[in-house]
Amino acid sequence: MGETIVVTSGKGGVGKTTTTANLGTALAFAGFKVVLVDTDIGLRNLDVVMGLENRIVYDIVDVTSGSCRLRQALIKDKRFNSLHLLPAAQTKDKTAVSPDEMEVLCEELREEFDYTLIDCPAGIEQGFYNAIAGADKAIVVTTPEVSAVRDADRIIGLLESSDLRNPKLIINRIRPRMVKQGDMMDIEDIVDILAIDLLGVVPEDEKIIVSTNRGEPAVMDGISRAGEAYRRIAQRVRGEEVPLMNLDMSNSLMDKLKNLVGIR
Amino acid sequence: MLWELLYRVLGKENSGSRSQAKDRLRLVLVHDRATISPYLMNRLKEDLVKVISNYMVINEDGLEVYLNQDEREVALMASVPVKKIRRDYMERTQSIS
Repeated sequence: MGETIVVTSGKGGVGKTTTTANLGTALAFAGFKVVLVDTDIGLRNLDVVMGLENRIVYDIVDVTSGSCRLRQALIKDKRFNSLHLLPAAQTKDKTAVSPDEMEVLCEELREEFDYTLIDCPAGIEQGFYNAIAGADKAIVVTTPEVSAVRDADRIIGLLESSDLRNPKLIINRIRPRMVKQGDMMDIEDIVDILAIDLLGVVPEDEKIIVSTNRGEPAVMDGISRAGEAYRRIAQRVRGEEVPLMNLDMSNSLMDKLKNLVGIR
Repeated sequence: MLWELLYRVLGKENSGSRSQAKDRLRLVLVHDRATISPYLMNRLKEDLVKVISNYMVINEDGLEVYLNQDEREVALMASVPVKKIRRDYMERTQSIS
């Protein structure tokens, strides 16, 4: 029996879809059978981030409404045979699926896949409740900004009152230099405020934009720092203990000197 | 500019916005969490009534409990109309302590 994990955040634009794509790809790369489910109906994006937008025939609403069988709607990623995508519908709205239907769907996916990753829409409306309905575990993504952390706190409260206890935290887009300068909240600050377990930290990385442009998740890129962070997160999801990434890039003497004088 | 450089050389980094972010978040979350959970406030009220009733007879209907926020902190405010003070509070509270 597989595990169903919902990736959520409250606030939009903090990296739910990027996290789902990268975590899923890393798990598939490690040999697990993985399905990514996009529940952002009306605003689907996981397909373009994965580079699979041209292969969509059926979507999640077709499956839950019985217009097609689950197998017909699943898109197999040709780069990794064990990776699949169930795309969201683009022309319907969030009420096209119900929490009960999602539970049934997740049950079916759990039979077949080791990991079902659910990409949750932003907000706390019906779409959120659909996305979490069939999940066993939750990952909360936030960035080191006041607005994102506040929304994450709200989401944690809602998850716990919906019986998804012990959600795990991913802090995305952290900028070590700003933290060092005292202009960005640190990992400790955020973990302390939200009081949940940390699953991983992902540094800000321009390569994420490049990889999204190409439709190739950053974990496929050997030198992307964000990709490396997501590979470590995937290992932790599998239950391994991996140290946090060293985010401090300025290790050379020259960098230290530059820091001291303030040249950046 | 010069001060900034001097601060950096001396390793003082308190001028950053990080601590502001943290402090503002803390305050806002105390309020968020309490408003979002009327359940918490109700439980607290019930518990307060239980404890206070050992010492005083109060008007439960007039009880008000809420959070008050100013710039620096959030305070729990309670207004409890008292009808009378109990004489037997010693006996009533002995079992507790």
